[in-house]
Amino acid sequence: MITFESVTKRYPDGTVALDALDLEVAEGEIVVFVGPSGCGKTTTMRLVNRMVIPTSGRVLLDGTDVAEREPAALRRSIGYVIQHTGLFPHYTVRRNVGTVPELEGWSRARREARVEELLELVGLPAEVTERYPHQLSGGQRQRVGVARALAADPAVMLMDEPFGAVDPLVRHRLQEEFLRLQAEVRKTIVFVTHDIDEALKMGDRIAILAEGGKLQQYATPRDLLSDPANEFVRDFLGEERGLKRLSLIPVSEVSAEYGPVVYPDDDRAVAERSADAAGLDWVVALTEARVLLGWISTHELVDGPMREQQIRPFGLRVQAEDSLRAALNAMVTNHSEVAVRVSEGDVYEGLLSQQLIAKELD
Amino acid sequence: MEVFLEGLLWLVDSEHWSGHNAIPLRVREHVLYAVTALAAGAAIAVPVGLWTGHTGRLGNVAINVGNLGRAIPDLGIVAIAAVLIGFGILPVILALTALAIPPLLTNTYTAVRGVDAEVRDAAVGMGFTGWRLLRQVEIPLALPLIFAGVRVSTVQVIATATISGFIGRAGGLGRYIFDGLALLDIPRVVAGAVLVALLGVLADVGLARLQRAVTPKGFAAALAEREAVASPPGG
Repeated sequence: MITFESVTKRYPDGTVALDALDLEVAEGEIVVFVGPSGCGKTTTMRLVNRMVIPTSGRVLLDGTDVAEREPAALRRSIGYVIQHTGLFPHYTVRRNVGTVPELEGWSRARREARVEELLELVGLPAEVTERYPHQLSGGQRQRVGVARALAADPAVMLMDEPFGAVDPLVRHRLQEEFLRLQAEVRKTIVFVTHDIDEALKMGDRIAILAEGGKLQQYATPRDLLSDPANEFVRDFLGEERGLKRLSLIPVSEVSAEYGPVVYPDDDRAVAERSADAAGLDWVVALTEARVLLGWISTHELVDGPMREQQIRPFGLRVQAEDSLRAALNAMVTNHSEVAVRVSEGDVYEGLLSQQLIAKELD
Repeated sequence: MEVFLEGLLWLVDSEHWSGHNAIPLRVREHVLYAVTALAAGAAIAVPVGLWTGHTGRLGNVAINVGNLGRAIPDLGIVAIAAVLIGFGILPVILALTALAIPPLLTNTYTAVRGVDAEVRDAAVGMGFTGWRLLRQVEIPLALPLIFAGVRVSTVQVIATATISGFIGRAGGLGRYIFDGLALLDIPRVVAGAVLVALLGVLADVGLARLQRAVTPKGFAAALAEREAVASPPGG
């Protein structure tokens, strides 16, 4: 856990980089510092590993003031990733990743085993091990940067725009992968970015800072979007605040409507009753095991059981972990009021309507 | 042209390859003076350059001392040294040392300062301490530029070491030049000049090879890439 206790950083020329910050970063969480340039977000991050010394106030790491720790030892115990990775150009990937273990005096065998394990963890092929940084793509370099920071298995990581130097497509993939990785390793992370969308995506909690290092709001992404504390935060979040919020809510949080369902042995009357009850002119056709088959229009019903009807496939299926935004986007682009929610193996879970989503926005 | 030819003939004359004034002997002396002065100069300039570059302190002093050293004429330094210490080889070595220092000092300082700030920041942030940072990061990455300084100093010192024949009344290739001038033996002067030039070129070529050899592997390619990007296409 990282605790900032009324920390102020003022430079000799009078610029205030950080103004009386009180904040706590909980164990195993990603806290994103976000704000315009000059808001002191990087400075704040660098207070943690003593790369910056506060003018007043304290920074505590698991209850101990970092000022009491020996700087080099403190830094070796904290993962550090910076924007352009700062990889050593004269070291191979192996030596770069093994830097902190080397500083910590690990044996060669242990270092090599760890490097191998880390490269796999960050999704790099083994053949890059003996390459030099300039022989790697931008995305690979950033992965090496992350692997290097993870090398000695630090409990705390500091990441300053770690995915800033790559194109949006690669950035997106690195973000996704990093979140999956974090779910496994559960580090306590201070993450700095100027990109609010990255902040909303990566952060368990977000600290929005304004020029002069003034904390505007510290909240979870969803609370931030639903209750911005002031005008600055509202502006910084930008337009489409509602849509951004939808992208953070999974489909599973909205209770789906049961919908008019029919089974193979149901006859025409059952189908018509179900459709009427739901106020629709179609029904959902399932197997006995509730696997989705498609939909049947009431206008096309013929006498006989459902297995003999004309069944059309659904254009839209969403799953529990999809975001409401993705679901809404799919509905809008498909001119459809509803989407079918299924689980693994196409098992029917209900209908999701635009109306249900709209309710979330209120 | 004729004089030049006569000079070359003087060079290949077997009479000049043995005895107390033999070419191999003079070359050895010349090299000895130059190497001594360069070693002394490097022993002073490189540590000071590394330290000022590493700490960033007294950087202006390092640069200014370097520039000042360049502004003083070599012969002036020799003259001052001669007045203070008297004639002989010592003032020559001193003058050559003073001459070797500026390029070494400025280049070493600039080279260490010029190490990518992000690389340095990452190193410190991971727990490198001063000495280790210098040894494992700053020096390896500064080596190519430091070596450029060594090359400049070497060529200058080899060329200027000829003054040993003037003030030092000592050996070295300068003997041919100054003795030749005194005796109006122009072929000898030309031969001496050619030998000095040859030595300078050889040293530069050798050091260029060494420079490539000491440039860290991955860094060499990175540098080449950066240069390729920096130079306009087709230009």
